[in-house]
Order: sequence, then structure tokens, then C-alpha cells
Amino acid sequence: MAGANSFSVPRYTPEKGAWSRLTARDSMVRRLDWPLLFSALALSLLGCLLVWSATRNRTELNQGDPYSFLFRHALNTGIGLVLMTGTVWLGHRTLRGAVPVLYGLSVVLVLLVLTPLGATINGAHAWIKLGGLSLQPSEFVKVTIILGMAMLLAAKVDAGDQLHPDHRTVAKSLGIAVLPMAIVMLMPDLGSVMVMVVIVLGVLLASGASNRWIFGLLGAGVAGAVAVAALGVLDEYQINRFAAFANPDLDPAGVGYNTNQARIAIGSGGLYGEGLFNGHQTTGQFVPEQQTDFIFTVAGEELGFIGAGAILALLGVILWRACRIARETTELYGTVVAAGIIAWFAFQAFENVGMTLGIMPVAGLPLPFVSYGGSSMFAVWVAVGLLQSIRVQRPLSA
Amino acid sequence: MSNIPETGRTPRVQIRLIVIQVLVFSLLLTLGGRLWYLQIRQGKEYTDEARSNHVQQVVQPAVRGSILDARGVPLADNETRLVVSASRTELLKMKDDGKAVLTRLAGVLGMKPKEVRDKVRLCDAKTPQPCWNGSPFQPIPVTNKATTQQALTIRERAEDFPGITAEPAAVRRYAAPGKSRTAQVLGYLSPVTDQEIQEAKNTDSPFLRSDQVGRSGLERTYDKALRGKAGVTRYEVDNLGRVLGEAESDPGRPGSNVVTSIDARVQAVAEYELDAAMKAARKEPDRNTGTNYKADSGAVVVMESKTGRIVAMASMPDYDPNAWVGGISAKDYARMTGKESNLPLLNRAIQGQAAPGSIFKVVPTTAAVNAGYPFNGTYPCPSSYSIGSQVFKNFESQGHGSITLGRALEVSCDTVYYGLSHKEWQKDGGMKPKKDAKDWFYKTAHQFGLGAETGIDLPNEVKGRVPDRRWKQSFWETNKAWWCKNGKKGGDYVQQLSYENCLEGNLMRAGDSVNYSIGQGDTLVTPIQMAVIYGAISNGGTLWNPTVGKAIVSPDGKQVEEIKPTAHGRLPMDAKTRDLMDGALAGVAERGTAAWRFGQVGWPQKKIPMHAKTGTAEVYGKQTTSWFATYTKDYTVVMTIAQGGTGSGASGPAVRNIYDALYGLDDAGNQDLRRALLPTPQRTLPKILADGTIEAPEIKPYDPDSQKVPDGTSPPALAGPPATGRRD
Repeated sequence: MAGANSFSVPRYTPEKGAWSRLTARDSMVRRLDWPLLFSALALSLLGCLLVWSATRNRTELNQGDPYSFLFRHALNTGIGLVLMTGTVWLGHRTLRGAVPVLYGLSVVLVLLVLTPLGATINGAHAWIKLGGLSLQPSEFVKVTIILGMAMLLAAKVDAGDQLHPDHRTVAKSLGIAVLPMAIVMLMPDLGSVMVMVVIVLGVLLASGASNRWIFGLLGAGVAGAVAVAALGVLDEYQINRFAAFANPDLDPAGVGYNTNQARIAIGSGGLYGEGLFNGHQTTGQFVPEQQTDFIFTVAGEELGFIGAGAILALLGVILWRACRIARETTELYGTVVAAGIIAWFAFQAFENVGMTLGIMPVAGLPLPFVSYGGSSMFAVWVAVGLLQSIRVQRPLSA
Repeated sequence: MSNIPETGRTPRVQIRLIVIQVLVFSLLLTLGGRLWYLQIRQGKEYTDEARSNHVQQVVQPAVRGSILDARGVPLADNETRLVVSASRTELLKMKDDGKAVLTRLAGVLGMKPKEVRDKVRLCDAKTPQPCWNGSPFQPIPVTNKATTQQALTIRERAEDFPGITAEPAAVRRYAAPGKSRTAQVLGYLSPVTDQEIQEAKNTDSPFLRSDQVGRSGLERTYDKALRGKAGVTRYEVDNLGRVLGEAESDPGRPGSNVVTSIDARVQAVAEYELDAAMKAARKEPDRNTGTNYKADSGAVVVMESKTGRIVAMASMPDYDPNAWVGGISAKDYARMTGKESNLPLLNRAIQGQAAPGSIFKVVPTTAAVNAGYPFNGTYPCPSSYSIGSQVFKNFESQGHGSITLGRALEVSCDTVYYGLSHKEWQKDGGMKPKKDAKDWFYKTAHQFGLGAETGIDLPNEVKGRVPDRRWKQSFWETNKAWWCKNGKKGGDYVQQLSYENCLEGNLMRAGDSVNYSIGQGDTLVTPIQMAVIYGAISNGGTLWNPTVGKAIVSPDGKQVEEIKPTAHGRLPMDAKTRDLMDGALAGVAERGTAAWRFGQVGWPQKKIPMHAKTGTAEVYGKQTTSWFATYTKDYTVVMTIAQGGTGSGASGPAVRNIYDALYGLDDAGNQDLRRALLPTPQRTLPKILADGTIEAPEIKPYDPDSQKVPDGTSPPALAGPPATGRRD
């Protein structure tokens, strides 16, 4: 408690009721970023409806219970809210101390994927199955990379020792990112690696690292992509996804099928959509993985331009609030964490929606808050918690 | 913000945060723009595409209507057979393009692997039959004669036969009731081509991929009525084809039945007798060539005189139309279209043309009367007629003194017509025709409907040819180059002829008009044209468009659309001339060139007056064409046999036997109406019940011996030609 309120002006206060404390001008609740919370919650609830619509006919998925995915998505959202609250309660600064532990834990989890505990879903060996639970550790790695890098990069700057992180620090922080990324690459979960690369870029940008690092990293990324393609490290399904992206009519029944059906679903929605549960493409299950990676097509078809546009707008609100939080916090640690989250959300949303719209190649990434999937949902809500904590703990404007 | 203490917030970080923000919002804007483009700009297109995506059509093909004879006996109907089909799309997914599967299939079906592979290849310009000219997306029938055992083998071992199906399906059957094949008249079916689908797309009867289309004969003429309309049920389906609900559907309509005027029994008689006559002719020696007659093809038409309805129409050689059902085999196709095949697909009754010989003489007789030569005037009939150095002989160089036109018809005197035609040719200006040349002999032929289609309801009828001045001119223009190159004065026959043709082939020479007057030379007619002409003489002058189709009846028998015969003209003769001509033609049967087939051998001329004209046309380089044109008040029968000999000799017995069968006569002329197949034309239409069944009588094959007279009362003989007085 004391830690969470350490920035409030210390003064004597008589015992007050819980309600008064919550509603006090300097209370945490009053200082939360409500538009951010509202948007994230709205997206999650909209996600409930869309996931429900996408799965209520898929009996092989829902085992005959049309509501099962609705409930599970709602449950995930609830757990996400708890995780956010916990994160805000603890505060990002408190968590800073636990970062090495969290980071180590996440690396162990991704390593577990490579053990017999790991499971393959849709060509990506990215899951751990524990009983009925399946976890996707790469989602948590996204958070721990941000936290780990931010801790290293901001330490000396926030202490006032440096204006910007020096090369050694940047190199160390890169090492922190590269270790789990390499493991994720081995799974292979190329989509997550792409997101992590963007996260690293965002983190380095915000940390004030020298331009050489930024451009060097960009150059290395391009060279790496070329090398990966040239050396044939990619699996056939990954190459096919890119081929289908370049020419969606290549094989409409094969690799181009997903993108083609996705675009048909979205395109046929028009301005108002066909109405929830009324989409032919959705009801007919023409779009594979519609409750997860292709959830946006449900919105496009059934809710139309208005509904799908609303999702983009809500994402826009989240990113806008995150940008404000990044700019308004006084310590670099908070700024870097927020920037990492921005890079993560923005790129992942762009890639996910972009692939359904046919402007990005297909990669197995969930749409934050909306796609069905526990790990992703928990990770993004923790991220929201971090953003809230950064906002809550900034000094009050005079 | 400015009042917040800056701890580590350098301008660099601030600028970069703004850069991040700008980047983030441009990404979002990109998504928004693209979303707008897909949903608003192109929304319509995607809506249509989504529709075709989730709507599946299930086509219930319409059952093709039957083709019935005049009494309801089905000439063409459908039967259920086990059809084994191969899906090309499935086969092509295999590594060897399905070769192994097809080879296995050939083993089960007892066919050669190549035969099976040929059947499933697609037709193109370079691929000979057999090949598939239907849609490549449609299952291609490999055989429709699979046994239950074969079908079971294929179904039980489905994993060995991917892409192969064995299912019962309705296929066309040409039942040949009473052994009447009626092959060329019925025609045949083959799968619709892509081009036809495209062409018929926006008409009121579009094709389905699975449709079979009539390619010739009645199947083609009445294709639209017979085909009906396939029912299309549209289902909303999911990605696995599971039905979610039913969308709008088009109800199907089964094909209508076509009732024809064909009588299967008479047809069987006609086919049998034509075939028998040709076989008999092949045993006859030809005095001109010293070999037996080849009798390589022939045709016979039995027509109702008063309506032009076709009772029977046979053309030899013929084929089994069932060979086409389910895709024709290479062997059958070669047999029907190869060089050695003698073209059995041709319906020679409407597509075979030849010089008519003397059966043409009704035309010059009429022409002479119209030109002012009285019918009962007398005209010299010498044994030969000379024009300059050319001598035109009468048949068998026999003279008959001076005779009337009627007698000239009876004895078939050529020289009477030579003289009249030559005279008219001279009147018209000879080699330099006058401007107002009458051309009576040619004009009359056109008025008789020669040189033009009769308008029969069968496809691809040919026109024949009237070799008038116009035709000569155009023919010369086409051929003069060759004639002038190959012609040689004093060379062999062909060279000399080419030489003359080169010089004046565009002109109507005296010899041309003389030859033409007896139906020789360049004149060409079809059997159906002659049937229409003789039918018109019988019925008082109406030139009917012959019809085979009599009515189109809906499958439940409720809607009947009668096909009313129409006429395309009248004979250019007055009633008196008609009567005189009718008498003369009766004379031919009674005492003229056909008497040894009718009048002298027990034909009940008083009871059933027979009229006839014989013809023996000469064809350069070939044996003579036999023609026989006859009529009674109800029926007209015209028969021809190419390279068959004389008219009454080769065709006579067959025509007599056809009449005997129609009227129930025996060889002695005793009528037994119980045996008569059709003593008067069939007037009523067969009954089709509401459930689609057709009340059709049983039908027995034709027994040629049934006309034999019991022993002891044998008639004078159908044995040999009379010594004199015969002229074909």
C-alpha cells in the first residue's frame, strides 16, 4: 500500500471508510485511465460476442455446447481484469524488483514448449499442455521482454547517471530479448518473433538508445529476413502463406483459402453487416480459425463497417491512451514499458487485422482482447495493468 | 507538462515517442482505409462471391421424353442402368493423373486400359473420338453397361477406386420395337459442349453441364421439348457442404413425349424389305459392267398421301443408335464415320441425292402440258432421237409409234420427252437464250419443289439440284479452271468432256436439255422430294412439308400440342391434267413398266388403285440407280437403291411387300384386314395416362412369309420381267 501511494503527498489523514478512500481525489481508482480501461473491456466483451458467433456452430470445437466459448472468453476476461487489478495494486515499480524472476520463469516456460510437454496447434509448436489447460508462453515472453529490457535500459538513466543508455546497456538488453526470441523461433512461432522484434524496436526507440542501434537493428532485421528466406529455414507452410499473400488467387482451395474466405466474409458485410449470428460465411464456417486469428472477419461480416470500424476505433483509443501515458510519465522505465506495449499492441493488431484484409501475410497472431485464447488475454490485461500503474504512479499535475 | 520535473526525459525520447505515435496511427488509418475499400467500395462483389460460396445447387436432371410411334409404341425411351463414371478433377489430383486407378477399373470392367483412358480424355481439335466433349467438371461415364457385380466391386473397394462412382442412372434406350431401328430418323444424343452452354446461357432453355443434346434426327429437331427442364434445388451449406437450410429452388419439368406418325410395324417392314431388296440386287448380274450390282445404299419413304406424314422412313446402311448411349466406342465410331463405313449416319431418304431417271417424267409431262402440248395429243416415240451428230436412244432402243403423253409415261418413252424438250429449247433461243425465255421444263421442276428443301422436321435435309441456266453458269464459274486445264480435244471421255465444258459449260446445250428431260444428267433429287411430288399427285396437288412429329404430349398426357402439317405449295397443274396423269400412272401399274410388280401379279387394282412410276438413272462411272415411286389414295411409297439396277427390278418386290403389309394382302391380292398393319392412316393419338404410362399395343416382328399364299393357289409369278414393254 505504501509503495503504491508513495507519490501522493504525505499528510495526516484520519481514519476514513473504504468508499471514501476509493473516491478520494488522490485515490488510485480516481487516477486510473478510464478510457483505456473502458476500451479494453469493451473490446473483450465484443470479443465474447464474436467468439460466440464464430463457435456456436462448430460442434467439433464446442463439444455441443454453443455457449462454451462465450463463457470461456468471459472467464478469461474476468481473469484478465483480476490480473490487471493485481498489477496496478502491486505497481510497476514493485514489479520491477521481481522482473528477473518473472523473466526467468517465462524463459523456462518457453523452453518447456520444446520438451514433450509442448503441443503443436496449426503448424506452430507453441503451446504447453497441462491437463486441460493449454498455455502459450510466448505471450508472457512479450511482457517479460518489455519489463526486462526496460529495467536494464532505464536503470542508470532514472538514477540520473546517464542521459541515454550506453552501448553496453543496449547490448545487454538486446541479449535479454534475443534469448527467448531464439527459443520461440525454434518452435517455430514466426508470428510471435515478428511481434517481439517490433517490441524490441519500440523499446529501444523510447529508451533513447543511439540511432546507430535503431538503424543497425532495422538493417539486421531485413538482412535476417532475406537470409531466412534464402537459407530455407522457413517451413513449407510459412512459405506458402507468403506466396498466398502475394497472390491470393494462387490456389483458392489451398493456401489462399484462408485469406480468400476472410476477405469474402469481410467484404460481404457492407456498411451495417448481416447482423450478429447471421453471417453466411461465419455460420457456414468458411473461414478457418475464425474464433482466434480470424476473429476480425466475424466483426466484418456480421457487424459491417460500423462494427469492424468500432474495433479499430477502440484499439485506437487504447493506443492513444498508451501514448499519452508514455509521454506523461516522468521516469524512463515507465515510458519504455509503455512504448513496448504500444509497439506490441499496434503491430499485433495491424498484422492480425491486416492479414484478414489481405494487406499482410498470414501469421498466427491473436487480435488483442478480441481473439479467443487465455494466454493472450492474460498477457494483454497484464499489459493494461502496467499502463494503468504507470499512469497511477505518475506525479499529480499541479 | 512543462512544470513536471524532467528526470531523464530528453527531447530525443520525446521526439521518438511522437514518431511512435504517428506510426501507430498511420497503421490504424491504413487498416481503416482498407476496411472501407473492401466493405463499401467492393462490398457488392464480395457479397456475390459469398453467395456463390455458401449456396450449393443440387440438380435433378429432367427425364428425357420418349419418342413414340403413332400408336404409342416407344421408339426411344429411358431405362435404368448402372453407370460407372470417373471424375477428372479427382483423377488429376493423383500423382499419375489417375492412370493406376483407370487401369484397375479397366480390369474390373473387362475393358482395355487404353479404351478407358480414351473415354475420359477431353475432346479437342486434335483428339479423335472417343473423347469427352462435355464439361471436365462433370463425372465422365466410362460405361453404362456395368453389371451389378462390377458396380458392387467398385463400391466395396472404394479406396481402390478414388474418383470412380457406380450408380444407377436413367439412360436413353432405342428399343427397336419389332426390329424397327429407325436409326437415322431418331438420331442420337451426346453431351452438351461448353460452347453450347455459353450460347444457350441467356435463352429460355439454358443447358446444364450434365445435359445430353440431340445431335441428329428427331432427337435434335424436338430436343427442346424432349429435354424438359432440370430441377435445381439451392441449399445453404457450410464449408463442409453440410446443409444449413434451403434457398430458392427452380422446380424441374420432365421432358415431353413426342408422338410421331411412324408406325413401328410398317417401319420394320420397310427396313426389312429395303435390306432384302438390296441383298437380292447384289445377286443380280449387271449387263453393263459384267459384275453383280453393288446395291451399296438405299432408302425408302412411306408417307401419308393426304397429309405428308411419314409412316416409315428407312435408310441403309444403318446402325444401332444404342451405340451412342453413354459415349460411343472407338470401334463403333470408326464403323459409323470411317472411310470404309459407307456413312450409315446419313439419312439417305432426306440426305441422299441422285439423278431421278424416269420417275422424273411427271415433271416434263406437266411442263409440256403447261407449255401448250395437249396431254392427249400424239407425239412420236421413235427408237432414237438425233441432234446433229448426237444420237439419243430410247431405253433398249425400242419405238412405240405415235403416243399420248399418258402412254409415254406408261411405257416410259424417252424420245417423246427428248423431242418436246428440244423443241422448247429451240423456242427459248437455244444456245443464245432469249430474254423472255420460258424455260418451261426447268420452271416446272422448281414449281414441283425440286432444288429446295421439302421442309421435313428432320435436320440437315439436302436440296437436290435443278440444272437450269443459272446453275450451269455458277457451276461453270466454279469449275472452269479445272476443266480448261485438264480438257483435251479428242482425248478420253473425261478429257473430251472437260474440253467441251471449258468452252461452253456455262451454256445450256441441246444435249443438256434433252438429258434433263428424262431426269438424267446433272439433275439431283432426294427420295423425300419425290415422295412429296407423288403424294401431291395423289392428293390433288398439295405439296406437303413432310412431318415425322405428330404431337408433343406432356408427360402426364394432359397437354397435347399437335403438330399440324403445313404445305409449301401446289403442283402447277389443273385438275384435268392431274386426273389424266393419275390415270397414266395407274396405267403404269396396270399394264406399263410396273405391271409385273402389280397389275399382272394379283394386285387388287380395282379395290386399291395403285399408281406407279419406275426409274433407272444412269450415273457416270457407277451402276444404275433404281427408283420406284408409287402411291395409292392413302399412301405414297418411294424407294431407291444406289447401284441397284432397274426401278421395278430392284425396288419393285420390296415396295409391293410394303403395300401388302399395309393393306393386309397376300401375294395373290387377297385382303385380310386382321393382318393389315395400317389399311387407313392412323388418325388418333396414343393415350398417355396421368402417371406417365403409355398405352401401347404389343408388337410382333415382321414375318415376310406371312404374305405367302397357301400352296396350290400360287399366283402367276413374281418371277421374271416380261420380255417386252418394260421400261424403267
